[in-house]
Amino acid sequence: MATMRRKAVPYLLISPTVALIAAFLVYPIGSVAYYSLQNRNLTRPWADGFAGLENFRRMLFEDELFWHSLGFTAKWVIVEVGLQLLLGLALALIVNESFIGRALARSLVFSPWAVSGVLTTGIWILLYTPGTGVLRFLGRPEAAVLGNPDTVFPAVIVAELWRGVPFFAILLLAGLQGIPGELYEAASVDGAGRLRRFRHVTLPQLRDAIVLATLLRSVWEFNNVDLLYTLTGGGPAQVTTTLPLYVAQRAVDSKDFGYGSALTMAGFVILLFCSILYLRLSRFGAQR
Amino acid sequence: MSAPRSAAPGRRGRVLRLYAPLGLYLLFTIVPFYWMLVFALTPAGSTAPVPWPVTFDHFATVWNGLGYAVFFRNSVIVGVWSLAVTTVLAVMGGYALARYRFRGRTLFMVVLLCTQFIPGAMMLIPLFTIFKSLHLINSLGSLIVADTVFNLPLSIILMSGFVSAVPFSVEEAAMVDGCTRPRAFLAVVLPQLRPGLIAVGSFAFIHTWNNFLFALMFVSRQDSFTIPVGLSYTIGEYSADFGALAAGGVVAALPVVCVFAVVQRYLVRGISAGAVKG
Repeated sequence: MATMRRKAVPYLLISPTVALIAAFLVYPIGSVAYYSLQNRNLTRPWADGFAGLENFRRMLFEDELFWHSLGFTAKWVIVEVGLQLLLGLALALIVNESFIGRALARSLVFSPWAVSGVLTTGIWILLYTPGTGVLRFLGRPEAAVLGNPDTVFPAVIVAELWRGVPFFAILLLAGLQGIPGELYEAASVDGAGRLRRFRHVTLPQLRDAIVLATLLRSVWEFNNVDLLYTLTGGGPAQVTTTLPLYVAQRAVDSKDFGYGSALTMAGFVILLFCSILYLRLSRFGAQR
Repeated sequence: MSAPRSAAPGRRGRVLRLYAPLGLYLLFTIVPFYWMLVFALTPAGSTAPVPWPVTFDHFATVWNGLGYAVFFRNSVIVGVWSLAVTTVLAVMGGYALARYRFRGRTLFMVVLLCTQFIPGAMMLIPLFTIFKSLHLINSLGSLIVADTVFNLPLSIILMSGFVSAVPFSVEEAAMVDGCTRPRAFLAVVLPQLRPGLIAVGSFAFIHTWNNFLFALMFVSRQDSFTIPVGLSYTIGEYSADFGALAAGGVVAALPVVCVFAVVQRYLVRGISAGAVKG
């Protein structure tokens, strides 16, 4: 009897979590698959019913915005995550050195991590709007960067970098602190300079942290709707619409749940495929 | 890391390698915050780059006129509930993962990791349908549930790292002294989990405080708005009133930036602990 009870303890401890995940994550994913085969629009309930693959046919063959949003999603994730990795790694290396005021410097440079996407929008609208922004001090008083299809992409990239780099820096700093100091001492004894120590000690040791951080961040940037929804609304002329933003607009604005579910399924499949591909290519966790 | 060969080139190298890039990056971080403060504190129409003369009119406008007092209260309710539930469940789950080898443990870990790949934006439609059938639309309850579910997996993984870092021998010693296992946990383990509790709790609070899409989708009555939704309306409707926009931004930023400043070092340590354990 005593062993029976002891065996049940871990299950009791995780049971609330399992119940929550089953009810609000696993079940909804199943229901998305179901809805994607239905006509379902909250504004036109009389037309609801089984649709078969009609939603998918519309998506693949008639919806130009779907294909366009896919292209922009890829561009957005790759550029944003790539730049965040470079700047985040540099920042982590800098604040890992010891200098006076390091704790304060860390708090300051990491702080945008805590800020929401909507607030980031609010702040960068102040910076970008002609007449109020900082650009007027750089001698470009009439540049409406957010309304111009040529400048809107770098503008949203910079705003998201401001908020996104600290995440990379925090994760990579945690990784840097896990590297044993003896490795650097041994490399120094062997006559390795700063650059060679970075290449042959730091980078290999950080490998798993970098792979994990880029993967998590790619999923996150793929999923990042708050900033684009409020800063550009996907515009101008829908040049900054990502797939999840498109789904969110369908859900919030037109309440077309059937078609939105089909778009969601497409998103899941793409994300799953890319994640597995990335983990295989990077040989995550492989013995070296 | 290593002794410079001679003092002078070492110092110049340090400036180039360390202080110059750090200074530039600090500027990039701080100028946007500073700009928001300037607009929040100066009268409308001022274009001076310094907050002088100072006025608090914009704060009065957003707090009373635009309803930020209500949004703020709603955000605090949702944030504190989600923090409390997430932390308790994370301690339970983290303890189970760190201290027991049970059937299904690996599966549970895999499920927790997989949930990190589920985009919240993609879950709007099915979650809306569920909350509608539970009559939770327009209630803060829907936000507490949804935010907690999305906070939980990473919190449990982090917490199991913290529990593993506490040696099992201290628990055993307490049990030898006659404590039951729950008592031993409360008396010996829990106090040592303090950094973990702080990291996980603040992480949950910040995420919940900042969540915009769930609040936008599940709540449409203005008296149930949270801060991010309120702020998004200020951005949309009052885009000419930059003072109100900036003051609303300060109200939204203050709690999370303060929490973050205090817990930042626990966060880095927490991620190391979770990563070491794997």
